[in-house]
Formats: sequence, structure tokens, C-alpha cells
Amino acid sequence: MSWTGKFLRVNLTEGTVKSEALNREWARLYLGQRGLASKYLAEEIDPRVDPLSPDNKIIFTTGPLTGTNASTAGRYSVVTKGPLTGCIACSNSGGMFGAELKNAGWDMIIFEGRAAKPVYFHVENDRAELRDAQPFWGKTVWETDAGLKAHHQDPMLRVATIGASGENGVLFACIVNDLHRAAGRSGVGAVMGSKNLKAVAVRGSKGVRVKDPVRFLKSVAEQKQVLADNAVTSQGLPTYGTQVLMNVINEVGALPTRNFQDVQFDGARRISAEAMREPRRSDGKANLVTNAACFGCTIACGRISQIDPGHYTIVNRPEYRHASGGLEYEAAWALGAATGVDDLEALTFANFLCNEHAIDPISFGATVAAAMELYELGAITSKETGGIILTFGSAEALTALAELTGKAQGFGRDIGLGSKRLCAKYGHPDLSMTVKGQEFPAYDPRGIQGMGLSYATSNRGACHLRGYTVASEIMGTPVKTDPLVTDGKAALVKAFQDATAAFDSAGICIFTSFAWTLENVAPQLDAACEGEWTADYLLEVGERIWNLERQFNLAAGMTAKDDTLPKRLLKEAAKTGPAKGLASGLATMLPEYYAQRGWSAAGVPTAETLKRLALA
Amino acid sequence: MQKALLITPQLCTGCRQCEMACSYEKEGVFNPARSRIRVFDFHAEARFVPYTCTQCDQAWCKSACPVDAIQIDFATGAKVVYENRCVGCKVCTIACPFGTVNYNADTGKVVKCDLCGGDPACAKACPTRAITYVDAEQTGYDKMRVWAMKTDTAHQAQA
Amino acid sequence: MDAGARRLRDFAMHYVIIGAGPAGVTAAEAIRQGDPGGAISLIGDEPEAPYSRMAIPYLLTGQIDEAGTHLRPAVDHYARLGIDTLSGCRVTNIDPLGHQLSLDDGRRRGFDRLLIATGSHPSRPPIDGLDLPGVHHCWTLDDARRIAALAKPGAKVVLMGAGFVGTIVLEALARRRVALTVVEMGDRMVPRMMDDIAGTMLKRWCESRGVAVRTSTRIVGIDAQAPSLGVRLEGGETLPADLVVVSTGVRPNLDFLAGSGIATAEGVLVDDHLQTNMPGIYAAGDVCQSADMVSGAAEVHAIQPTAAEHGRVAAANMVGNDLPFIGSLNMNVLDTLGLVSTSFGHWQGNGGSSVRHQDGWRYLRLEFDHAEDRLIGAQTVGLTEHVGVLRGLIQSKRRLGPWKDILMSHPEQFMQGYVATVGV
Repeated sequence: MSWTGKFLRVNLTEGTVKSEALNREWARLYLGQRGLASKYLAEEIDPRVDPLSPDNKIIFTTGPLTGTNASTAGRYSVVTKGPLTGCIACSNSGGMFGAELKNAGWDMIIFEGRAAKPVYFHVENDRAELRDAQPFWGKTVWETDAGLKAHHQDPMLRVATIGASGENGVLFACIVNDLHRAAGRSGVGAVMGSKNLKAVAVRGSKGVRVKDPVRFLKSVAEQKQVLADNAVTSQGLPTYGTQVLMNVINEVGALPTRNFQDVQFDGARRISAEAMREPRRSDGKANLVTNAACFGCTIACGRISQIDPGHYTIVNRPEYRHASGGLEYEAAWALGAATGVDDLEALTFANFLCNEHAIDPISFGATVAAAMELYELGAITSKETGGIILTFGSAEALTALAELTGKAQGFGRDIGLGSKRLCAKYGHPDLSMTVKGQEFPAYDPRGIQGMGLSYATSNRGACHLRGYTVASEIMGTPVKTDPLVTDGKAALVKAFQDATAAFDSAGICIFTSFAWTLENVAPQLDAACEGEWTADYLLEVGERIWNLERQFNLAAGMTAKDDTLPKRLLKEAAKTGPAKGLASGLATMLPEYYAQRGWSAAGVPTAETLKRLALA
Repeated sequence: MQKALLITPQLCTGCRQCEMACSYEKEGVFNPARSRIRVFDFHAEARFVPYTCTQCDQAWCKSACPVDAIQIDFATGAKVVYENRCVGCKVCTIACPFGTVNYNADTGKVVKCDLCGGDPACAKACPTRAITYVDAEQTGYDKMRVWAMKTDTAHQAQA
Repeated sequence: MDAGARRLRDFAMHYVIIGAGPAGVTAAEAIRQGDPGGAISLIGDEPEAPYSRMAIPYLLTGQIDEAGTHLRPAVDHYARLGIDTLSGCRVTNIDPLGHQLSLDDGRRRGFDRLLIATGSHPSRPPIDGLDLPGVHHCWTLDDARRIAALAKPGAKVVLMGAGFVGTIVLEALARRRVALTVVEMGDRMVPRMMDDIAGTMLKRWCESRGVAVRTSTRIVGIDAQAPSLGVRLEGGETLPADLVVVSTGVRPNLDFLAGSGIATAEGVLVDDHLQTNMPGIYAAGDVCQSADMVSGAAEVHAIQPTAAEHGRVAAANMVGNDLPFIGSLNMNVLDTLGLVSTSFGHWQGNGGSSVRHQDGWRYLRLEFDHAEDRLIGAQTVGLTEHVGVLRGLIQSKRRLGPWKDILMSHPEQFMQGYVATVGV
């Protein structure tokens, strides 16, 4: 409690499935989900393996709170070595899948090897078996989800699957569960594909138990009230979703535009949360139909949208006239501001396609943005694109490429390399806006200085979800800091990174951290789980996880040289907005960060640090 | 005054807190698969519909039971399964035209909503007031009755 | 008793119900509700308190005791409602015009309103040896006691007939850990309830759990064969048996109506208020041949929900209300050693669209009307969640609109289809 205490090990090469006891000592040290699975991965694979080889493993993992009634407690993560980055990858997703896996009685599933033929893994409580996925190979996420439910005659089956993108090695292929929730980043879908593992389909009815139910229920109720009393989690997110940020970030001059050439986008308002709620001129309906919650979530930030039926994207494609997962901020930015496209309906369609074909919209949009710059430079021509006019602002190019990339066809195969490899292939590596091979999300490190350090040091490449200092620098949570200065950001980034690692290992959503600190998480964990869980200890667990991931990456061949940002962000100043004249001050922050972390000047954890964190 | 569950699907976000509250109240574990209330997700229509027993007047389950294991709680009007009498024959599961009596193979008994004796856990857990427990004479109850009657052809025939 | 009270009693309506099964008991209670002052007599031909045959298998498995089979648990239930129960009495004759009936002990009784709810009896196949010791039906509590005495762990038991009742009995026998062989004339188990796919699934399931199932096999006779019995099969083979349980279908109990003028066919024929051709005389339950909900044709549906519904509707009309019977839906649910199956309505279809889907131990069949976008029948195996709405969809005759196509490709979404069309 509240771990089930057992996990499934699936050897795809041998076709075997077995149940193993969870290592309780590791659970005490790494909590669950991100931390615990990273520990298993680090123990079980050589960090130097080719991520797409049978030697890599891929772990689906829940947290101890997953499946309980704590708010947002439906999360699971996919942990593997990422093909996009060569780093440890941990992609977190909501929806219903994670809670279902926990309810089936399993903390994790470790997949190893490679199946000779396409398979999917079906779990129904204690019955778990590999089944032939030949009929579903090549099918989209939506077809596979519906097909598996029909096949098993179970509309409540929860499916996490890849599309053709993952099958064909698109390096930012993701894993989509429940039709539109994604373990999105670092190409975890390509790892599944490389193993001939199409999907994981789960049904559970065993129930989730906690250590001290009376205390747990009381604590959960109190912490739900904290979310209900907070303006962001009770008003902003349910009403506007994460898209509430579009206009805000644009105003502070941190909205990366046209492959980070600018920091403000003149079309921002047209692709914002406010625009999603406005009735369209064409049909009088708003793009946003309703908000939706993941399992157990009392925030409900999810967007459900419906595309204008008369829009060029779907006017002849009635199969897209239904509602589905709409634009979240990062996707709206990557598909929109990054590419200069301000057509909300086109962005929504591209987002549908990303879900349908299981590609990460952040990396996809950012890579298209790089390709557009290459095209405008003449490095890529219409010959390569198959006739697509790939200029900034072209909605047609964006939606065409979303489909081609999702299906791994034509020029989509080049886009599927990701920005780093694409820019290298076409002779302009400096134009790739990536860290460790992973594309940036939606905050320009010139306008939000802390994010520059956060990106550069993120263990999975550029990412906003490893240390979201935006909360402090823009929104003032838990304390307001100045986004334009570098002072104090090393400590801020470390604190966010460590706390986030703990949140990500508990089974809850990081968005609770707009209202919660570890002080709010600890009492829930302490009532649910064996052992003693205080906020201080959770922070230590978070720091331990961070250092474990760091060690994995160092062993995989990363060095301090990889803790950097593209030249554009270090040298070219922002042209407009509050950050006008500023480039990223990474160089001043990084040494201080290493010192704060107890790492050497080469970015390597010292012996004392490892000892302090029980890592040596 | 008797109360009834009032379901307002437009307010439902699909979070399943009701399912967890119900299963915890009734089974002592968080287990949506064992919840007496279920949220149905009409993804393509962007609609979530919580759904449970309406405690219909007809009480198909009660009249179908061969051993009188389903009784009316006169305080709440709920039709309640008495587990000590239920033999697990499942006739009520096919007799209830609303599909709200389910068989639990683990216990060999059937389960259905009993309004938690007048303090339904689902309504307390709902963060958006999509599920409320209200005086049966409020307008909401009429909605519930309409809902119930949609399959109740005995009523239709008389109407 | 003072004069006023006596006069009241003289004017009180006298309701007589023949048959103390679910239909009769439900009717008696509903009459009491509708007519607090009426006199009610409930006549049953077995000595025990009114009980449920459906509960007998659970008695055989030891899950409940005999009291657990009683339709109403409270010992004083009938007395408290002022229902006069006559047990161990068989009605031999009815005089519809004279409003009189005769009992097997020679007594006669008058009635103002009569309900015929005499149920059914097991049919006797035309073979030798049915009267030998060790050969039993499984129908009454008395049968159950005899079977329980013989069905010891390891005993060789032959079950003749794998129909609905037989298969319920099968479950109970198998749980008693007897060495069981089931012999069925049809080509599959429960041939009248289940189609070939489902019936074959059930057979395979039983076999995988150690029950021998011989389908398309006829028993031609039973011999006394020291020390026990020999069950002769067509083709010459003989199965040794310590116990033979005969379950080859049931027939309505109609014989006593011969010559009464009450119209019968397969069962007692009734109008849309469950009244027979004789005014004031109604029928309910297994003996009653009433309208099928889907086709409207007069049929006997010997199932508990129909019995209870008949009892409720007949009672309402007997006390003077006007409650039409909306028709009954044939449906069954069966738990065969843990594999649950159901059938609803016209699962054979009427020439409309049909979808069947099987995977492993799960099976779902939906039948749609040939003319309208509505469900008329269904079968399930291995599914138990929300199956009641298959009744709801059929009974409400709900137009499915776009959901018909969805259900044709995704039949598993029947509950979604139901909730979606409720209109909340």
C-alpha cells in the first residue's frame, strides 16, 4: 500500500510474461513512477545501448497515488532510453490508462527485447498475455483503440498505442492513451515500434488500497479544497486550459516565434484560449466545446474541440467532424507561433492528426518551424518537400506535413527525424532549436531567463516539465521572481527540478503544483503509503532521482558540453518586448547551478553528493 | 421529504471521483469497475454522462428477485440488495431495463445503488455539482422521472 | 363479529389464486394493496411455504438452506397481509360459470375473481426406467432433497437434457463434485436459449472444467443395473450412473382445466389484460400464454420476471383497475460454472441486420428489426456488465438512429448506445 507491490516483466523476444515483486527498498528511495522506473531502467540496461535496439527496455509505470481519489491521481509514465535524445526519457500522461493499470493490480510493466511479429499486450487483472497485433499494425491510434475495444468486447478497455509513426521510427513518435492523452516527448513511441509492440490494453477491477484510509480521505479532501481555493486551478485552468498562457507569454516577450527568430507573435491572440471560446463567424460555434478531466482530476484543464466543418482542412473529410482533444498551450504554440501559423482551426486539425497518428506536437511543430526557415533559406526546396510550399505562416503546409509525418510518408519522413537531424542533414545545424536533440517548448529563454537554465540542464533535453520556473518568474508561484534576471535562478531551477521529480513519481499531475507544494503532497502520500513521507524527504527523493537520471545520461555519453542552448538564444538578442536586447544568460547561471547541485565543474556529481543521496 | 440523485451531464468533466467515492463507500477500495455509478464518455460528442439507478417506481429488479433479496428502504425509497439473501442468480441483472444492477463475480452477489442510506457518496465527491442529491419534488426530479420513463413502456402505454 | 362487520365481509370480494409460485404470491400481494378489504386465498399443491424453484440449485450447492428458497422470508408474511394460504392442496376442477372450484380432498370453494397460476411441470420423455429409484427430476424441493442424498462427491451422475433448467442444475451438480455426464439431444447446449456459437462455447467451457457433454445424443432407456443404473444411449452404449437427473423441458399445468371451457392452447390463453375467455378468471406465470413483447404473438415464457409481471398486472385488473399487459420479453441468464450467458427477445432475428462477435470466452450477438432501427434480440456470453439494457433497448422499442450503425460495428457499446439515446 499504496503500491500493489508487483509488476509484470514481458520479454518480447521470448514471448514470456511473468509477475515479479516490487523492490520495496527502491520504492522507499525512489517513490514510484518516474523515479522508481528510472532506477529499474538504470539498473537493467547499459546506458550506451541503441535506443531502438532490442537491448533497450521500455517501462510503463504508475505512482503510489495513481488510482486513488487524490486529485489528479491517474498519471502514469513511460520510461526508456529516448531515441530523439539519447538520454533517459520519461514521458508522463493522464487520461484513464494509468489508473486502470493500477486497478489491474500492477505498479509497472517492463517490456524487454523485440517481438518477432507485431504484438499487443492485453492485461485483465491477473491475466496478461501478448496477442497478435497484425490486424492493427499500420492503423491509427483511433482505429486501434476502437478495434481493440471491439475485439475484446469491452468498451471500458483502456488502450495506450502507437500509430504508423512509431512503427516507422519517427523520432518524436509518442504513445497515445484514451484517444488524446499522450506520453508525448522524447520519441517513446518509436521505442515501442522498434519492439514490434503496437499497444498495451488494460482492464482492471482489483481496486487500489491505501495504508490509513481515514487519514487519507481527510487529507485528500483538504488538499482538494486547496485546489478549489486557488484561482489558477479552480478558475484559470478549467476555463481556459493551459492556453490561458498564450497572450500572457506573448506579452512578456517570451513566445518563441518563427523558429525563435522573434519572441512575440502578432497572431497570438488569434490562437489563444480566448479565441477558442469565441463563436466563429462561419458557423457561430466556438472551437472549444467543453473542458474535460483526466482520471480523478478536480481541475479539468483538458480541452475538447470541434473543428469548423466548413474549414478547408475537413470540408471534404467528414470523419473529422467529431469532437476530440483540442489545443493545449504547448501544442498551440508549436503548431502556431513557432511556424507563424495563426489559423486556429488548422492548428486544431493538426493537433487532431498528432493525436490520431501519435506524434508529439511540440517536436513536430518545432521541427516544421526549422524546416520552414531552411526552406526560406533555400536549403530545402519544393523538390524535397514534394511540392509543399514550406513558408512561415502556411497552414496548408503545416496540416499536410502533420499527416505525412504521422503516416511516415514523403517529406514527413524527414520531418520525423526531428529538428536536430533535419537541420544537420540540410547543412544548418545551428538552426535547430533543441537541447540534447529535443525541441524546445513554448517559453523563450531570453524572456524567461530561468527557463534557459532549466532547458539546458533538463535530463530529457529541452522541456518545460522538468523545472517550470515560469510558475515563479511569470505567475509568482510560489514566489515571484524577475524573469529577466539570472540572479538566483540556479537555486530556483534546482528547487523546481527536484520538487517536480517528486511530483512526477507520486502518480499526480504537475499542474497541481500551481496550488500545491510538496507540503500538500506529503500528507497524502504519508497516509497512503507504507513508510514515512515528509516534504523534506520528498525533496531528497526528487534530488536523488535527478542525480540518478544525470548519471544515466553521463554514462550514456553526455557531457557538460551538452548542457547548452542553441547559438541563436545565446547570441541573438530578443528584438521586441520586455526582453528586448537580452540573450540568454546561461553562461552565468550554469556554474552556479553545478555548485548548487554538488557537481564538479564538469557537471559530474561529486562523491559526497552521491553518498549524501545514497547513490553510491 | 424524499430525495433523489439529480444528474446534470453538462457539468460533468468525466473525472470519475464519483466512481471512486462509490467504490470506496461500498467496497472499501478505490475501484471504479465496482462503482454503482458509472460515467459514460461520449468522446465524439464531447459529453460525459454519469449514470446510475433511478430507484424507479416499477422496481423491475425487486419484482424479478426469486428470493426477495431486494427491498425498499422506506427512508430513502432506494431499492436495496440484501446480500445475505441474494443467491447470485442474476435474474435482476437482466430484468433491470436500465442496466444498473450488476453481478460481482468476486462475491457471487449483485450490486446496485442504494443511495448510501440517504447520504450518497458520489454526490459529495463530485467537484462540479454534476451529481447532487436534492428534494425529490424539485424540478430536477421530474427530469429524473422523464429519464426513467424513457424505457418504462408501462408508463408510455398509459401516457 | 357485529352485524356491520359481517355485512362488510359478505360484500367483500373473494379472490382465489391457484398456485403459490412467484406469479401467485406477487398477485396476492398486489391484490391486497389494491383491495385492502378483500378476502384472498392462495392455494399451493406443495406442503412447504411458497418457495422459488430458481433457488433450488443454490440449495443443492449448500449456499442456502430451505428457508433461503422461500419467496418471502418473514414467517408471518401471508398472515400479516391477511392472505389465507392452503398448502398441499390441488385443484381438480373449475366451474367458471358457477364460480366454484374443487379441491383434491373433496372440498369446494367459491370465488369472485380467480387467478390460474399453476405453473408448469417437468415433461417426461417417452423412455423406460424413469420410475426407477435414483432417477429424478429437479423441480421441487422434494426432488432437491432426493438429489442431494445421491449426489455425493465422486458419484456418477447422468444429466438428461442440457436445456435452460438442466444447465442450471448442471452447475449445482458440478459444484457438488460429482462425476457428471450431460446428454443432450440437440446439437449444442441450451439449444432453445442459445445459438450455435454460444451453445458450443458453453459445451467447450463445461468440458474444459471436467464435465462430459454429449450433444446430438439420445437416451433410449434407463435400466436397473446392480448396484446402480445403466443409461442406454442410442447406438448401444450404456453409461453407468448412481443418479440420473431428468431435465427435458417443462409443460404448463393445464390438465385440470379440461372441460372447464377455459380456452387453452400451449398454455391458458388470455387477452391484453391477462383475462381468460371466462370473465373474472385470469392467468399468470408459466401456465399463461400471453403476448410476446416483440412479435405480439401469444407465447408461454416460463421465466421468473414474466411470472412476477403477470402477477402484478393480473392483480391490478382483478381489483378493478385497467392495466394493459405490455407483453413479455423472453430472456434468460445462466451461470455455467462461472461462464455467464444471457439471451433476450428474438435473438434468432427476423431477417433484419445482425451482428455476432466472438473472442475467446466472450460473445455478443445483436439482432435488429428488419423494418426499423431498433433492437429486437440479443445474446451474450462472458459479459455481465449492464446487460439489463439489452432488455431496456428491446422493451422500449427505442429508435437507435445513428447508433444502429455504431452498434453494428461496435456491438460492445450497447450500454453507451442506450445511455446516448436516453436523452439526458
